[in-house]
Amino acid sequence: MNLRSFLGGTHVPHSKEATAAKPIREARLPAKVTIPLHQHTGAPCEPLVKVGDHVLVGQKIGDSPAKLTAPVHASVSGKVAAIGYYLQSGGRLVNSIVIESDGEQQLSPDVRPRGTVEDLSSEDIVNIIREAGIVGLGGAAFPTYFKLVPPPGKKFDTLVINGSECEPYLTADHRIMLERPDDIVYGIKALMKAARVGRAFVGIEDNKPDAIEAIRRAVSGVPGIEVVALATKYPQGAEKQLVKAILGREIPSGGLPVDVGVVVNNVGTAAAVADALKEGMPLVERVVTVAGSCVREPQNLRVRIGTSIGELIEECGGFVKEPAKVIIGGPMMGVAQFSLDVPVTKGTSGVLALSRGEVEAEDVSMPCVRCGKCVEVCPMRLLPLFISQRAEAGRFDEAEEYNALDCIECGSCSYICPSRRPLVQAIRLAKSEIMARRRKKQ
Amino acid sequence: MAGNVDSMADKRFIVSSSPHWRSPVATPQIMRDVIIALLPASVMGIIFFKLHALLIILVSVIFAVLTEAVIQKALHKPVTINDYSAAVAGLLLALVLPPTVPLWIPAIGSIVAIGIAKHVFGGLGQNPFNPALIGRAVLLASWPVLMTRWVWPVSQAPWMQGFDALTTATPLALLKLSGIKTPYAALFFGNVAGCIGETSVPAILLGALYLIWRGHITLRIPGYFIGTVAVLSALFRQDPLFHVLAGGLMLGAFFMATDYVSTPVTPRGQALFGIGCGVLTVMIRLFGGYPEGVCYAILIMDAATAVLDKFTRPRRFGEVRRSA
Ligand code: SF4
Ligand code: SF4
Repeated sequence: MNLRSFLGGTHVPHSKEATAAKPIREARLPAKVTIPLHQHTGAPCEPLVKVGDHVLVGQKIGDSPAKLTAPVHASVSGKVAAIGYYLQSGGRLVNSIVIESDGEQQLSPDVRPRGTVEDLSSEDIVNIIREAGIVGLGGAAFPTYFKLVPPPGKKFDTLVINGSECEPYLTADHRIMLERPDDIVYGIKALMKAARVGRAFVGIEDNKPDAIEAIRRAVSGVPGIEVVALATKYPQGAEKQLVKAILGREIPSGGLPVDVGVVVNNVGTAAAVADALKEGMPLVERVVTVAGSCVREPQNLRVRIGTSIGELIEECGGFVKEPAKVIIGGPMMGVAQFSLDVPVTKGTSGVLALSRGEVEAEDVSMPCVRCGKCVEVCPMRLLPLFISQRAEAGRFDEAEEYNALDCIECGSCSYICPSRRPLVQAIRLAKSEIMARRRKKQ
Repeated sequence: MAGNVDSMADKRFIVSSSPHWRSPVATPQIMRDVIIALLPASVMGIIFFKLHALLIILVSVIFAVLTEAVIQKALHKPVTINDYSAAVAGLLLALVLPPTVPLWIPAIGSIVAIGIAKHVFGGLGQNPFNPALIGRAVLLASWPVLMTRWVWPVSQAPWMQGFDALTTATPLALLKLSGIKTPYAALFFGNVAGCIGETSVPAILLGALYLIWRGHITLRIPGYFIGTVAVLSALFRQDPLFHVLAGGLMLGAFFMATDYVSTPVTPRGQALFGIGCGVLTVMIRLFGGYPEGVCYAILIMDAATAVLDKFTRPRRFGEVRRSA
């Protein structure tokens, strides 16, 4: 069979062996969780509880009247110990609710089955998804309900489910596909109904034949859902590249999947939607891959939102050696952390501890030798060397003219550059400068 | 404001921008691989043209590396001879010199290649022209007689016996000036007069295959270059196979026209670059004053690189071209 793919991209080592074959394990109940009120794209939530309140698992503790937001829920039962600004991944201070666990894990009465896909209306499902605080679990943390309603004048015809998990090391989605295929399919059915589409494609990279097999089995007999094997190539899971590979449709520059009639969701998100419908359980836990050469026992953990990443590493046997870098997310697009005292949020797909040897290549940067490798791999078909060159010279107008804004920051160019130029970093700078100037003009 | 802020003082981990790891292939390794890829051609040159060829190669490489070191020292820049790029330029220069030149010729050529063609423009990555070819062009213009003195390879092929009385000349010159066509087999294996590293096609192809296998070059530029030479010479009722095998085309197409710095980075730019090189090569060979045109063809196209890059930008993902 001809594997579907996109132009450009690169082959990065998968490094998934350490965790791919291990079943997901339930993480220990943390003594305390720190739940940020802003872990998604959109407006931050306001706290709905006060210090000293007793909260139950699944109880809504933060929400916002804004159009684009996602409520947050208690992931443990216990006492609200503090509300204040705490460090979140990436070094931001975010208003957060600290809950001390009472160890009971008592469920909130709000956690109850919401009905079946057949009985619920599209609007009902969208609402349930919103109330459950579900966001894209692939890492972007974009509120899912918001994506499911097309803007006026536009329509969806296809749902694309992302099971490619193209970032090295990460195997959380892979494990979910193996362990919960029926829930994923149930979630897909709900998402199809919510988005009012008749067909869905599940894209999975062909380095996960067992996952392809598992989902194929689960969808057999379900009309409208098809599994597509994708070439294993980074960044196969990037929204635009995924839609191109599966449907051959090219999302226009500056546009969204809805512009080509598509809504994209991740397999983990689909499973979370199933939980929200079947049990009424909001998004209070997620699967996190804890890996990297410095972690003693790499594994996938089902983690309560708000657990500190330091606790996860401890649970995996601690460090074998002092890591040079601790990353939330994958090595290509993740964010380096300076502290282990940051909480797992809805968008935390992995926690990686990489050694000096794995990351040291960045120390030496040579002049660009115009090898053109960054051009060959760029999945957006940009000219990364010229954008970064202009950005480094402060010539942001020229960087914009070279379409800096189309960059999806996938990291392929920096990865491949034999002169180790900090290409993405420079392009990111150009993007934020260009956006700042645009805002000023308005 | 709660206490967690204290941990911001925690400086144990490196906090830098993604991606957090890099491909293991680094520029100095690529340069080293180019040297490895040039070894078969160099060895064949030494087998054909004996000790003097080896001395030319050594002088050329040593002077290239020395020139780089001296200039960087003088400019108080870090000395980067361990990136192998100067050695590559020196080696390439030696391989496009006649095997008869006195040893001061490669010395001067390397000084020009590195000192002028590379460092006047700002060093690694900045030179618009291929340094080795600039070195050769300057030498050819300054010492035209020394630079066109050819000898037969030491191992005499039977077909050559009859020509011994003729002035030795390269197969292209023999064809152009005397109408004598060298047999394909001799052209292919390199048992002909020519520059040190350009005569043996299998040796050059072996090196080229290595670079392709390592992912350092693609067939785009060499393919369009050689293809254009074949098609165009056929159109001019010349023997395309002869023109493909003769002279510096193979070495030039696989090792000079694929030089990263002086050639385009866009796919269409590279294709046009190859085609342009092919057209110019055939034009010079058939209608120019020299029997061979590969060197000048590539240098002229080098001059067009910036323009080619500018006007052959790839259609970016999701780009909507306004239809007129
Ligand atoms: S990959 Fe690096 S060295 Fe090569 S062209 Fe791009 S920026 Fe330059
Ligand atoms: S320029 Fe942007 S989109 Fe292209 S490879 Fe680099 S990071 Fe990815």
